[in-house]
Amino acid sequence: MSTRPTTDPVAEVPAPATEILSAPLTNTFAYTRSLGPVLSPFALALREGRILGSASSDGRVFVPPVEFDPATGKATTDLVDVATVGTVTSWTWQPEPAAPQPLDRPFAWALIRLDGADTALLHAVAVEDAATMSTGMRVHAVWRAARTGLITDISHFEPGDAAATAPANTAELPTESNGRVVVATPISTRIEHSATEAESVFLEGIAGGKLIGNRMASGVDAGRVYFPPRDVSPADGAPPAEFVDLPDTGIVTTFCIVNVPFQGQKIKPPYVAAYVLLDGTDIPFLHLILDCPADEVRMGMRVQAVWLPREEWQHSMGNISHFRPTGEPDADYASYQEYV
Amino acid sequence: MTLPKIAIVGFAHSPNVAATHGTTNGVEMLIPCFEKLYAQLGITRSDIGFWCSGSSDYLAGRAFSFISAIDAIGAMPPINESHLEMDAAWALYEAYAKIATGEVDTALAYGFGKASASDVDLTLSMQTDPYTVAPLWPHARSLGALQARAGLDAGTWTEADMAAVAARTSGGSVDDLLGADYVADPLRAHDIAPYTDGAAAVILATEERARELVANPAFITGWDHRIDSPNFGARDLTVSPSTKLAGDTAFGDRDRAVDVAEIHAVFTHEELIVRQALGLPESVRINPSGGAMAGNSLFSAGLQRIGYAAHAILAGEASTALAHAAGGPLLQQNMVVTLSSEGQH
Repeated sequence: MSTRPTTDPVAEVPAPATEILSAPLTNTFAYTRSLGPVLSPFALALREGRILGSASSDGRVFVPPVEFDPATGKATTDLVDVATVGTVTSWTWQPEPAAPQPLDRPFAWALIRLDGADTALLHAVAVEDAATMSTGMRVHAVWRAARTGLITDISHFEPGDAAATAPANTAELPTESNGRVVVATPISTRIEHSATEAESVFLEGIAGGKLIGNRMASGVDAGRVYFPPRDVSPADGAPPAEFVDLPDTGIVTTFCIVNVPFQGQKIKPPYVAAYVLLDGTDIPFLHLILDCPADEVRMGMRVQAVWLPREEWQHSMGNISHFRPTGEPDADYASYQEYV
Repeated sequence: MTLPKIAIVGFAHSPNVAATHGTTNGVEMLIPCFEKLYAQLGITRSDIGFWCSGSSDYLAGRAFSFISAIDAIGAMPPINESHLEMDAAWALYEAYAKIATGEVDTALAYGFGKASASDVDLTLSMQTDPYTVAPLWPHARSLGALQARAGLDAGTWTEADMAAVAARTSGGSVDDLLGADYVADPLRAHDIAPYTDGAAAVILATEERARELVANPAFITGWDHRIDSPNFGARDLTVSPSTKLAGDTAFGDRDRAVDVAEIHAVFTHEELIVRQALGLPESVRINPSGGAMAGNSLFSAGLQRIGYAAHAILAGEASTALAHAAGGPLLQQNMVVTLSSEGQH
């Protein structure tokens, strides 16, 4: 039986020894979603400026509608119109709206139980200040002119219990003959990405035209040189020993000829994407082989980096435009077979 | 069916800090956690039979970000590994199930998240219904505020009750806290757990292995996790039926007067809801670690609660403990684990 003492669980994280590079990345894309037998009619009603709820077997009306009754699990079969006017059941204040939110000035979020519904819908309420808001207040939907079937077809709610008529729909809508609706829901996230310490050293190097790798100290990868350098051996987590300056020459270990055009492609096919093993390293990386016909590229071919003009260098592997054949004799297969 | 006795034998977490220099794949925060655990238990990474992690690609801003985190372990010789897109408390449950199958005798669950890399209050809105809620991009704190007001309006709790939760963690006075302005009416800054960057790891072992590794294993005596409808507009937001059910199953007919309870509440009113749902008596020490209010490290804050509950037993400071972990908006998913130094089911 062990008698080891149990210590404080906090594991201190050492500060980086060198400057860490970071840069923002904004991902933006739209999910295309197919709506089923419940949400399709809901979406179609929104396009018309109406709101549908789902009736459950116990007579409760859910708004937004639910595909399955959360209590019984039964599929929803009845959809009913509810009012576009309702009562606030809870609310909060949004003092500084974020860009994608419904209103660009301070507003309230509210749970709103529409007349005829038994559950509450989340939406924005346009009021001057928080003092104007109260639980139990009456609000009505204000509609956008362009309505596609998303909850944002309701622009927001405003105080008052008179229903507002939706203007004629100005959206260009796809033809959905089978009664099933497809909607696009845009997503965007902005992430500040930080490089690792080793990546930061690598990126600073390549911004100055230097290729830097690192040698692993121990374990499975002892003595092997990684390019780009790694903070730990990805094989067993062992730490690296030292950074290593590398030449910009190497060999093709394996390759493929790209014949298929695709969106965003910068080079006209056919061209060669190859694994290049820099001299003195133990792991190949993917790059382009140009300046020779694609059908002449072969395993073991000696290649050298072709750099962009110095004034175009960034913190990017893109500083190397591509690799070109050097014309030297090919490497023996035995010299690189472990890397294929 | 009788499950084998399984215990928590180790827990480590990186400091819960506002921001780190590290990458979103958590490697820089995880390596010190693993090294500390290996050293403490006198094991190497090869002694771990199964690995399971919890993290979020949305938080990391790239697909399959959890794969990069495996650098912190090393995958050679090949490892037995799994991942889920939830707080790593759920990864620990998967690790527990793996040991219960009899395939392995040790398992490690880890979680990580770099909240500082994005506007997390906005990123978390993508956990909500993609048709009827997410397109509005409500801040996570706004949804929490709607729940807080529901309880205030119903008379279930008061703003002073909420402030008392914060005061226990911060050491401030309720009156002083109530003098602050609202940041998301009716929430004040002290009602909202501060997002932090962090990582955590917990090791489980069979009874035999646990007794070899530590003097006081924290035996698992009950465990359940349940979920409420994601349709929060249709829920009574002042109660948590899923926490109650999970708690009832985890406790069974055992005494609820545990020595320590670690509750994963990211708003002060959530702690009130969870305590009520669990039926904990006044004698229970709640969140001696400070709870998530001391640092809401996404995707590891729930695992940290289990880790701290176990730590109280491992360190000989408690003989029974409870941990609660939550996931999703408005306490949608809830997990309850009961622990004991005796390991009596």
